[in-house]
Amino acid sequence: MGHLLANIDLTFLIASVVKIVFLTFLVILPMVAYSVYAERRFSAVIQDRVGPNRTGIPLTLFGFKKDIQILGIGGLTQPMADGIKFLLKEDFTPKSVNAFYYWLAPCLTMVPALMTCVVLPFGSELRLSDLNGLLEWVGLPGFSTVPVPSVIADLSVGPLYTFAIASLGVYGIVIAGWASNSKYPFLGGVRASAQMISYELSLGLSIIPVLMVFGELNLTKMSIYQDANGWLLLPLWGEGLSLARWVLWIPMGISFCIFVVAMFAETNRLPFDMAECETELVAGYHTEYSSMKFALFFLGEYAAMIIGSGLAVTLFLGGWSIPFGPLIGLGYSAGDTPLWLGLLHIAVFLVKIVAFILFFILIRWTLPRFRFDQLMKLGWMVMFELALFNVLLTALLMWLVPLK
Amino acid sequence: MATIFVKRPKLAWHESWFLSTFAKGLKITLGHALKTFLEITGRKEKVTMEYPEQKWDQHLPEYYRGAPALVTDEQDRERCVSCQLCEFICPPKAIRITPGEIPSDDPWAKVEKRPKEFDIDMTRCIYCGMCEEVCPEQAIYLRKDYAITGESRAELLHDKAKLYQIGGKRIGLVNKWNELK
Repeated sequence: MGHLLANIDLTFLIASVVKIVFLTFLVILPMVAYSVYAERRFSAVIQDRVGPNRTGIPLTLFGFKKDIQILGIGGLTQPMADGIKFLLKEDFTPKSVNAFYYWLAPCLTMVPALMTCVVLPFGSELRLSDLNGLLEWVGLPGFSTVPVPSVIADLSVGPLYTFAIASLGVYGIVIAGWASNSKYPFLGGVRASAQMISYELSLGLSIIPVLMVFGELNLTKMSIYQDANGWLLLPLWGEGLSLARWVLWIPMGISFCIFVVAMFAETNRLPFDMAECETELVAGYHTEYSSMKFALFFLGEYAAMIIGSGLAVTLFLGGWSIPFGPLIGLGYSAGDTPLWLGLLHIAVFLVKIVAFILFFILIRWTLPRFRFDQLMKLGWMVMFELALFNVLLTALLMWLVPLK
Repeated sequence: MATIFVKRPKLAWHESWFLSTFAKGLKITLGHALKTFLEITGRKEKVTMEYPEQKWDQHLPEYYRGAPALVTDEQDRERCVSCQLCEFICPPKAIRITPGEIPSDDPWAKVEKRPKEFDIDMTRCIYCGMCEEVCPEQAIYLRKDYAITGESRAELLHDKAKLYQIGGKRIGLVNKWNELK
């Protein structure tokens, strides 16, 4: 037993736990909550409405005259109010459902969505020894000089792991549709399974050209390469200025388009929200759900969106890297990145994800929903072939104009 | 020739591939987003009125149909003679009248009837205004009050007292019971 304990690297363990708590509970979950708010507000603005603008810090409950509105924008505490509402609502389980699967389904949507975030490099690295001066002054022991990488699990099969876990999310939807024992959820579940399985193909195939260019599967190393040599879609510095990278820009662009479209389908977002489309299926697979169980489906969907956009950003848009970073002295160098730059990298990554989510929302109100047969036709007859062709095109281009 | 052949527009390749159409759609949504954002932040004149703080009450038209109410005439006599026409015409059956006789010692004994009870169920009322239209005595009017709220169903059952309180007095119009004129 003692031998076993001695083998555990305590620093690594603590760092991992801190990172897991930081990323899931302090970044992803608040981001999920606020992307729901952003969705409501942004859609309101697109539709010439005002949107939720009233929730503030409720001082009127304690006898004050006015609620405080944070930053002068009303409604910034709307996610908290929503959360409280979800928790306090009656959690109703209809009599006709299969109780075990009915309870299992929301967990199965939420858990895979959160699990996929472990491989995302959300920043370069944090050299905590920069804080040693401050800590010594307080009288605490300092950190070791080895910087902590800003990724929970530095797997060498990053995207594969993400796809493997993310495709488990379909079980949540299918089980919810089946366990509800009602027609509309059932139809929603069936549609979702068909759709997600079809689009997983083009999602997987679309990143093969990217992996061919990078020559590896480690997301951290991909980010570092893009930081030094230009993003895949913005090859303007480092090696990115070579002819080979610019020739490869075309297949990378196609890859990006296929990846984004497939991601919309995978996360059941409009224009591909066949699983829930209100006009046909009431609310689809979560029609019979109420209270926090419904909220878990909601959170799972948004968490999947965030992880998906995180992956897209990491693969195509340089992850945490700052545009033109090495040219203006904001680039990453192993073991020699100051703490503030590490934090800035995390911030840049989050900004990119937020931009992507706003793009998601904008698309939702721009494109009308596809019909189901159109959706399947697009998936199997356009996206799939295009992705396959793109692999060949990349191979051909890489053979003609080899990368250094 | 009565038939007009409308030619189906032929889509260019960039339109059927969602490229230019997509850009057009983005332009529309982003344009609306920007416009409304400027309105919210106050750099452009607002179109939306925020309801409980700002109201449109002074712009309500004369013919606005709000809560129905009973009125008295200039001698404070109940105009309603409980003919029950409004009760019969009311499409959602929100009105219920119990007619009563006016005792012979009353100065208005010649009118003969007045309502003993007059209930309007505001959870049923659809504000159609048929009661006002059908009333031969012009005793029931749709007022401009539209925010009828209550914490229970009982509160939303307007009885006679409540209806006269909302309606108040209405001068003029029907004078057939008035001996002075």
